[in-house]
Amino acid sequence: MTTLAAARGPKGTLSGARSALSGILRTNSGRVGVVLLAIAVFICLFGGFFAPYSPTAVVGLPGAPPGQGHPLGLDFIGRDVLSRVLYAGRSTLLLAGLAIILTYALGGAIGLIAGFSRSMVDPLLMRGIDILLSVPALLVILLFVTGFGSGSFVLVIATSLVLLPGAARIVRSATLEVSTRGYVEAAIARGEPTRSILTREVLPNVSGVVSADLGLRFSWGIILIASVNFLGVGIQPPTPDLGLMVSENRVIIGTNSMAVIGPSLVLATLIVGMNLVSDAYVRQLDRSGD
Amino acid sequence: MGTPVAISGADPGTAPAPARSARPRSHPVLMFVLRRLGAALVTLLIVSVLIFIFTSVIPGNAVTIILGKSGTPQTIAALEARLGLNRPLFEQYFSWLFGILHGNLGNSAVALAQSQPNPSIAGTIKDPLMNSLILGGITAILLIPLTLVLGALAGIKADKPLDHAVSIPSLIFAGLPEFVTGALLVYIFFTSFHLLPPVSLVAPGASPLSTPKILILPVLTLLIVAVGSGVRQIRLGMIDVLQTDFVQFARLNGISERRVLVRYGMRNALANSIQTIAQNLQYLVGGIIVVESVFAYPGIGVYLVNAVLARDTNKVLAAAIILAAFYTLINIVADLLVVFMVPKLRTELV
Amino acid sequence: MASPTDIVLQLEGVHVGVLKGPTVIDAVTLDLRRGEIVCLVGESGSGKTTTALTAFGYCAPNLSISEGKIAVGGKVVEGAAEFARIRGTEVSYVPQNPATALNPSMRIVDAIADTMRGHTAAEADRHAVAVEMLKRVGLPSSAEFGQRYPHQLSGGQQQRVCIAAALASKPKVIVLDEPTTGLDVVTQARILNELLRLRNEEHVAMLYVTHDLAVAAQIADRIVVMYGGYIVEEGPASEVLRRPRHPYTRGLMAATPDHIVARVLEVMSGGPIDIADRPPGCPFTPRCPQKVAKCETTFPDLELKGPNHYVRCPQWSHTTLIDWTAQAAAAEQEAADLTSPVLLEVVGLRAEHRSRSGTVVAATGISFAIHKSECVALVGESGSGKTTIARVVAGLHPTWSGQVLLAGEPLAAQARRRSREQRRRIQMVFQSPADALNPRHSVAEILSRPARVLRGLSRSAAGDEVRALLDAVGLPARYAGRYSRELSGGQRQRVAIARALAADPDIIICDEITSALDVSVQARILELLRDLRRERGVSLLFITHDLGVVATVADEVLVLDQGLICETGKTETLLASPQEEYTKQLLQSAPSLIEAIGVWNVTET
Repeated sequence: MTTLAAARGPKGTLSGARSALSGILRTNSGRVGVVLLAIAVFICLFGGFFAPYSPTAVVGLPGAPPGQGHPLGLDFIGRDVLSRVLYAGRSTLLLAGLAIILTYALGGAIGLIAGFSRSMVDPLLMRGIDILLSVPALLVILLFVTGFGSGSFVLVIATSLVLLPGAARIVRSATLEVSTRGYVEAAIARGEPTRSILTREVLPNVSGVVSADLGLRFSWGIILIASVNFLGVGIQPPTPDLGLMVSENRVIIGTNSMAVIGPSLVLATLIVGMNLVSDAYVRQLDRSGD
Repeated sequence: MGTPVAISGADPGTAPAPARSARPRSHPVLMFVLRRLGAALVTLLIVSVLIFIFTSVIPGNAVTIILGKSGTPQTIAALEARLGLNRPLFEQYFSWLFGILHGNLGNSAVALAQSQPNPSIAGTIKDPLMNSLILGGITAILLIPLTLVLGALAGIKADKPLDHAVSIPSLIFAGLPEFVTGALLVYIFFTSFHLLPPVSLVAPGASPLSTPKILILPVLTLLIVAVGSGVRQIRLGMIDVLQTDFVQFARLNGISERRVLVRYGMRNALANSIQTIAQNLQYLVGGIIVVESVFAYPGIGVYLVNAVLARDTNKVLAAAIILAAFYTLINIVADLLVVFMVPKLRTELV
Repeated sequence: MASPTDIVLQLEGVHVGVLKGPTVIDAVTLDLRRGEIVCLVGESGSGKTTTALTAFGYCAPNLSISEGKIAVGGKVVEGAAEFARIRGTEVSYVPQNPATALNPSMRIVDAIADTMRGHTAAEADRHAVAVEMLKRVGLPSSAEFGQRYPHQLSGGQQQRVCIAAALASKPKVIVLDEPTTGLDVVTQARILNELLRLRNEEHVAMLYVTHDLAVAAQIADRIVVMYGGYIVEEGPASEVLRRPRHPYTRGLMAATPDHIVARVLEVMSGGPIDIADRPPGCPFTPRCPQKVAKCETTFPDLELKGPNHYVRCPQWSHTTLIDWTAQAAAAEQEAADLTSPVLLEVVGLRAEHRSRSGTVVAATGISFAIHKSECVALVGESGSGKTTIARVVAGLHPTWSGQVLLAGEPLAAQARRRSREQRRRIQMVFQSPADALNPRHSVAEILSRPARVLRGLSRSAAGDEVRALLDAVGLPARYAGRYSRELSGGQRQRVAIARALAADPDIIICDEITSALDVSVQARILELLRDLRRERGVSLLFITHDLGVVATVADEVLVLDQGLICETGKTETLLASPQEEYTKQLLQSAPSLIEAIGVWNVTET
């Protein structure tokens, strides 16, 4: 650190998880983000319990505009839009959630091993992963569907493979940096087994980087899955899904635009909320970890 | 006070530059470019193998889906034979690869199943490809300056009102899926104000440029998402470069702020910016798939999705390899530009 | 009597602090005259850099210059616009790290010409002057050289370019911010000579910030000592160094190692003060050996106590002279027992670095031995191979050939292939205090781990050890529950040493463990090592580039030059009468406090 940098005034103290939350809440954007995220997650996970109608029951004329009993009107077949929206978020959120867990489990392991090893393993793993980066993300998922059909399992695997290279690279570069630190070298000099060094010394000090990346990667996963569903290549009707609903109801956008706006808003709230929270989290990490 | 220290030995500071290595390097720049191109081709080849495997994994299902319930064991076998699916996999791959290098993209399985007169893919893919190039090209031309200017401004005036005005919308719009942005735009411009059409259909054979109105919403959708994410990256890159030691040093030595921003700041944020723009353009290659579907614009994205839905594996293969090729091309160009822009990398070439 | 127009920089009562918050520097008053070099000396947190930067009207974004008068060339400067005008024209800056201070995408001749943009219009003229400047600082003025980019120059050349850029606009004052910190000692000497020449021939006034009193002794006309944000002593260099009045100045001098003679360093209690902990009275009170009751409550003024010599201490007359001879004598009594058995032997070591671009030989033909309780130093500049050799012994470097024998048994290359006993007997402490400890583990966890892994102690037995270990390195027992971020740099290094001790080793390898520490903190660590050697009989393999530190700790020294042993021998002999050219060059270049004072004593009595 040059003396120019040292000429700065007193710094703040480091924070843990709880103060991370309070750090996020300190900014306006962070507060908005937390609220939006909370609302959206609640709707997605528990909305189904509050739905007035069954999501698959036809209750009236297709494309009916919002009216009594149906605050969002009816969809292109005649089903209650509100009920469908309340049920629809679950699939997208859960699939994305599973994909992200798989991404970090696999990608994190790859990144740790690649970053820590000083042998051919590192370039080999990274070249392999880079192949996944040479093709557009959506294309990979479409190819998976072409080959294996459009089940949930395929979607989760395909999405997680698309998100994996970025996560692996981030973990790898963090691992590379941490591996040169004194306490890691001391552990190596003690002759501790690699497994133990990675879990005790490296992993806990890499988690900060991962948590900073997590929010954006998760929201990217949501976007991918929703887009795939929108294209009609993912979750199939009559299952309610946010992306699928936007696609299905475009024909009636003239008569009942709420059938398109409704699911769009839920998605937007979820994603924007997640991005704002993630952004506020990263900013307060920068502030305190200086 | 202070007496000079007597130091023996010559002062290396005054010595002339070390002699260049004796081994002559002919055209090092050319060699470097060729090496990168070669690496990219290898990657593309591997990608083509992978794509091929994906589309061949369940040939039986493909044929069954195409023929539907009307398929009998004989028709299934016949179609399989015509598609050459009963040959070993690597033989199929090499004959396909051979075909590609001669401009033959294969035959559509669906067309064959329906006994259409001209099952060749190359004919059907030409127009969609052209349409996508027009859409993508216009977007790219608008995207690059917009992203650079807005991002640089947001970075220079970081944490001030101008930055917030740029950053916060970027954060919101970059995050939304393209179909949500597209749907919202349709809602505003069609449903509410009846200004623009909700779909962007083009008559077969006609150029979309003849009815430019249909291009506005798709381009706008792509721009909003791409510029949104690009601006954030450029902004961060700008903030980083303005905090470096050499910028502080220049300011302390009285160099004018404008010169500092341009020659010390932006000039050194260039490598980063090139990579961001490249990522953005690559995003376009993928994003175009969804946006075309939202507006029913007859480009290669819609072509691909329809092929996937119909399980027309050869069409999927053709469209996928074209998209992958563009993706890789953007990568190479960006890599080469970065090397030439960064003096440290450039001097290590020669 | 200097006329007022001779004063090129004047700071009066300058205060810099956080807006509505703690102070960083206060009541700073100093003058700089034409053709004078004033050294601002202090450790970290002293405020020396902040002070120097006020000459530009510059301070960090969260701070502000809230009081005081700044005058350049006799005219008071106030407001952003005026400061912008004088920057680069009347006051210019030479940075600490030249590698990062130069624009990586600008050729060096353009970089130098750029500083003249404000007042020399024609580009051709600027270019011509830039080329002239290259010559002036001793760099080749050929077109080819001028067209180079910064990364194509060595560290010393880069710094000369920065000096050239600073000189180009013919400023009245040059502020140099620890300009030789990153450079090797020979290059440092050349740069210092260059600065002296500039002063003598061109009468440039310089404000030189440094933490190294020995460097100040080389070039300063006046020395200003800062502590805790205040000037505590100020005067002609010869005065301040021969007869320091402030206890801090004296303490700093007594703690500075010197290669002329091996001494026992005097350690000041406590550590450099944190802004938040300043007492209302004199900031040095917590550490002062001669304080009285009123020191804590009354803030002393800066008073004139000698010819142009100011001190901020009411007890100044009690400040004793440093007894260099006694310190040296104390060191002599501790000479190592030369008949002790050989513990570690390195035979014909050749170490390489393998990477994609090829193989680089880091060191070759290395042979030496370490006896029980002995301290062997490996000295050299960066690239000499000293760190690689240390890592080979520690089992951290995979590619080498030759033999490393511990008590006669050959050691495997990698630590995990060595036996537990072998790993236990050799321990290492690393250079950077910031990275030394795992931020997620408490001190107790850090210290008990080696005891459990290498000595097989149970969890509770290891826990009991923690207190004893903390005691051995002079840290209170309550530190066991602390985490790395709650400790200062010196405290972290002490925990790192305790971690090494936790294995009960025979040899501790110290890889530049004090290079990143303040002088007073370094003194404490060096004396701690001396105590540990005496009490536990542990041997040391000490890596350093600092010859003064070598004189203080080592019994035997190996001088390394680009991977080869240049010279080796008993510390005293080698330092007093070096045989090889390179060693002579190193010794001539290394600054020495004692030598400077000796010269003054001789010339002025």
